[in-house]
Amino acid sequence: MSKEGVIYRISGPVVTATGMSAGMYDVVRVGNEGLMGEVIELHGEKAVIQVYEDTSGIRPGEPVINTGETLSVSLGPGLLTQIYDGIQRPLPTLEEVMGVFITRGVDADAFDLEKKWTFEAVIEKGAAVEGGQVIGHVQETETIVHKIMVPPTMSGVVKDIKSGDFNVTETVCTLEDGSEIQMMQKWPVRTPRPYRQKYAPDTPLITGMRILDFLFPLAKGGAAGIPGPFGSGKTVTQQSLAKYSDAQIVVYIGCGERGNEMTEVLDEFPHLIDPNTGKPLMNRTVMIANTSNMPVAAREASVYTGITIAEYFRDMGYDVALMADSTSRWAEAMREISSRLEEMPGEEGYPAYLSSRIAEFYERAGRVETKNGDDGSVTVIGAVSPPGGDISEPVSQGTLRIVKVFWGLDAGLARQRHFPAINWLNSYSLYPQSLNQWFRDNIAQDFPEIRTQISGLLQIEAELQEIVQLVGSDALPVDQQLTLEVARMIREFFLQQNGFHDVDAYCDIHLQYSMSKAILSFQEAAKNAMAAGAQLNDVVNVPARTALMRGRFEKGYIDTIDDMVKSMVDEIAATVEDN
Amino acid sequence: MTGKEYRTITDVKGPLVFLNKTEPVAFGEIVTIRLADGSIKNGQVLDTSDDLVIVQVFEGTAKIDRTAGVTFMGDVFKLPVSKDLVGRILDGAGRPRDGGPDIVAEENADIIGAAINPYSRQSPHDFIQTGISAIDCCTTLVRGQKLPIFSASGLPHNDIALQIARQAKLKGSDEQFIVVFCAMGITAEEYNFFRSDLERTGALENAALFVNLADDPAVERIITPRLALTAAEYLAFEHDYHVLVIYTDMTNYCDALRQIGAAREEVPGRRGYPGYMYTDLAMLYERAGIVKGKKGSITQFPILTMPGDDITHPIPDLSGYITEGQIVISRELHQQGIYPPINVLPSLSRLMGSCIGAETTREDHKSVSDQMYAAYAQGRELRGLVAIVGEDALNERDKQLLDFSGVFEDRFLRQSRDEDRSIDETLDLCWELMSSIDTKYLVRLDQKWIEKYHPDNKA
Ligand SMILES: Nc1ncnc2c1ncn2[C@@H]1O[C@H](COP(=O)(O)OP(=O)(O)O)[C@@H](O)[C@H]1O
Ligand SMILES: [Mg+2]
Repeated sequence: MSKEGVIYRISGPVVTATGMSAGMYDVVRVGNEGLMGEVIELHGEKAVIQVYEDTSGIRPGEPVINTGETLSVSLGPGLLTQIYDGIQRPLPTLEEVMGVFITRGVDADAFDLEKKWTFEAVIEKGAAVEGGQVIGHVQETETIVHKIMVPPTMSGVVKDIKSGDFNVTETVCTLEDGSEIQMMQKWPVRTPRPYRQKYAPDTPLITGMRILDFLFPLAKGGAAGIPGPFGSGKTVTQQSLAKYSDAQIVVYIGCGERGNEMTEVLDEFPHLIDPNTGKPLMNRTVMIANTSNMPVAAREASVYTGITIAEYFRDMGYDVALMADSTSRWAEAMREISSRLEEMPGEEGYPAYLSSRIAEFYERAGRVETKNGDDGSVTVIGAVSPPGGDISEPVSQGTLRIVKVFWGLDAGLARQRHFPAINWLNSYSLYPQSLNQWFRDNIAQDFPEIRTQISGLLQIEAELQEIVQLVGSDALPVDQQLTLEVARMIREFFLQQNGFHDVDAYCDIHLQYSMSKAILSFQEAAKNAMAAGAQLNDVVNVPARTALMRGRFEKGYIDTIDDMVKSMVDEIAATVEDN
Repeated sequence: MTGKEYRTITDVKGPLVFLNKTEPVAFGEIVTIRLADGSIKNGQVLDTSDDLVIVQVFEGTAKIDRTAGVTFMGDVFKLPVSKDLVGRILDGAGRPRDGGPDIVAEENADIIGAAINPYSRQSPHDFIQTGISAIDCCTTLVRGQKLPIFSASGLPHNDIALQIARQAKLKGSDEQFIVVFCAMGITAEEYNFFRSDLERTGALENAALFVNLADDPAVERIITPRLALTAAEYLAFEHDYHVLVIYTDMTNYCDALRQIGAAREEVPGRRGYPGYMYTDLAMLYERAGIVKGKKGSITQFPILTMPGDDITHPIPDLSGYITEGQIVISRELHQQGIYPPINVLPSLSRLMGSCIGAETTREDHKSVSDQMYAAYAQGRELRGLVAIVGEDALNERDKQLLDFSGVFEDRFLRQSRDEDRSIDETLDLCWELMSSIDTKYLVRLDQKWIEKYHPDNKA
């Protein structure tokens, strides 16, 4: 058998070739136009290939050539600020070559191979190095130092290393055995990159979204799922995470979703400032856009392309956050390919291996000791789009089995324009235990206790609401009516957060704590005043409380909130005398 | 090029024809089938290999037998496009239906349509005034948006679509839209309704119609919207037109997809629809938008009827996951005699934020829209409570909100089929109606807008 075979069959994105020697996941060139594909199944003589571009017009008998490589991404300086399709072709380059519509048969380098970067060696001649060890630095963007590492599979003693200006394919370091190291390396996307060991996460990924940080925190190196029907806020939440979370690197994958949403990110991010560094957000971001109308096989590959890039930055010792919007579209791509292969389907037509693929993907999240001995992490946040919003379906269930954080979006809340429409009654995080110490040390000693009080009030409210539905709220005793008011304050003042508001979209974690305390201060003051004869109505309507609640829309709230709480407490106390 | 005629049909199943060994046939290639009586049917290759070729036949497989002759036309499906498409009526496969001449092609365009590079898109941001208050105020339409109407059988979605087609304009501009209308399996009566309305208003001269009716071949519906969108792309991106594509009824389109899937014995997804329906629909809906360096735009108004009024049915569900919002028509409001019976609560325009405000509509628009929505939502909810505890149990605030929900439906939603309200009229009407609620309960209104626009302060 040779490297070249011929097409036997074409069925949509799946092509079968004969007469070609091939291994699983080999990259092949299909047809006269050399479309890129990947071997996904072998049947005796026949190799089944998923093709990353449209196959219309291709005929049996056209050639197929095995490149002998596996599907890989290029890793090196130039990744940041880039936007790629699912197989790492830069979209700006495709535009230059093809115009505004994506045609086919065009290859494009993942980044500029000519551009010179200033490489600064951090080790010397004679040093013994291992795979994954950092040998030099490149200032890739204003905020990010790109660390050049020995490829994971290489090791030896440095024979020569030089600082200076190089492009990514020039050799910067030679080992005694003659192997050469360039700033660009390749890694097969379906294989996790190696590390020394995994650690249990102990630091939260601070997102600036109150309901997430305060009630359902996610750990750096953890994994979260966001299921929700259309219009419930998956994309807005993912975009907010990409904007505000305190990760050092963000990989954003638009997987089988809308074109205009990626355009929005592209328009917006270059002008947005990272609240954590004060520098443009784009500097830390890599984007992958394989929208719903782009080829499904490339959609299947896009999440692997993304997570491999994320692992690469993790290996430099960075905290990386990866958002995939939406993992359901990735699963559907698997289903589509699988049904063309005429595989035995599992539940709802998905392939039987669906849940193991989902698990393998989320397993690539984690906080690790890198091969260089640093601490790095990949946090994965996957949106899930369950049909009809019903999460009993296979993708949601496969995700919930593996992730430790569930942010459940709720169509009802979205319809009430309560945003983020995360249901506080059924969402959960299994991380608080491991993160409590961090919150005590860095925010406040009683942080976990305050959280328990707040979520307890929301639980009680849910029970009281059931009664109110039957008898109306006036029939409740006043102390319970007060509880309802406090819970309403939690919902409207604390949980609600407009993702598009100039000021309130991002809330500092210290401020979150102050706001939660403000609610408890209100409860305390109101209780006391009412015990002394004040009316609930008067207590609730003191102007200082309204001012306190509106305050969150103004800059500098963190400095004014304590005084505003004091005024509120004073005014509430004064309602006693009015009576 | 026209190739050799093959008489190698082995099986015919549903809309599909299976043939034995032929010359190498391209995936997606166009096919003609000549029957014994000399009549011709058309089809397209769905699967091709050295041994077997599967063809989907647009006109249905009736009368096809094993002696029929099959010719492969050497190319994928292309539509001859030219500026002359404007003013023409074509059938569901792109042939003249108005007795006019064939279209003389300026270009032959592949109807599958290449994906727009997301990097090459431009965010839509131009406000389209439809003259319908519910839409302009609450689910604002933006030029380049894809905004479907989720309706159900027996509801006036066609009237609404036509009213939009007649009235849609950019604020302060007379620039007209070119309408590309695509009928998929609708009845002759519905079609005549559309056509005569377009004729009556003179819009027909500025429209291109692609028509597949209920008694036309079902499988042809797979290509009809692709033809329409190919025409739209050509007019928008080669000739700078602003194109409004109305297609109806997506439900018939999806049923045709299901029919082909079943004939191929594919593993079905939910409710028997193919697992790839999401991708398939995306390849239609995503052909809306604006791209860098081109003056024209494509705005899409797909209409679909929700089977069983069920919004979780795969057709509306998958559509909603792709489109930039939805306008939901309510049977309940229709039965109350309200036109247009738009339920604003589950309706959404995802692009609204980018096109409202001082520069485009009015400074108070967002605030007003939020407050109208919130007050109506609360009022509607109270109706449920009143049914249990009675109106007397309501406090003053709740009473006002309850009353407001009625006024909202009766005066804000309700308008006549030719009433074209400007955005200023719509927003002024909102203020007038909201003044029945005590301002202290109107918490979503900015104080500065209350001072400027509230009727109490204006007089
Ligand atoms: N946090 C939020 N703040 C304000 N509005 C929101 C928020 N989340 C969602 N929305 C509103 O809901 C709409 C749909 O949200 P989106 O994230 O696109 O939903 P999904 O991705 O689940 O379909 C948005 O266009 C916006 O109007
Ligand atoms: Mg989304």
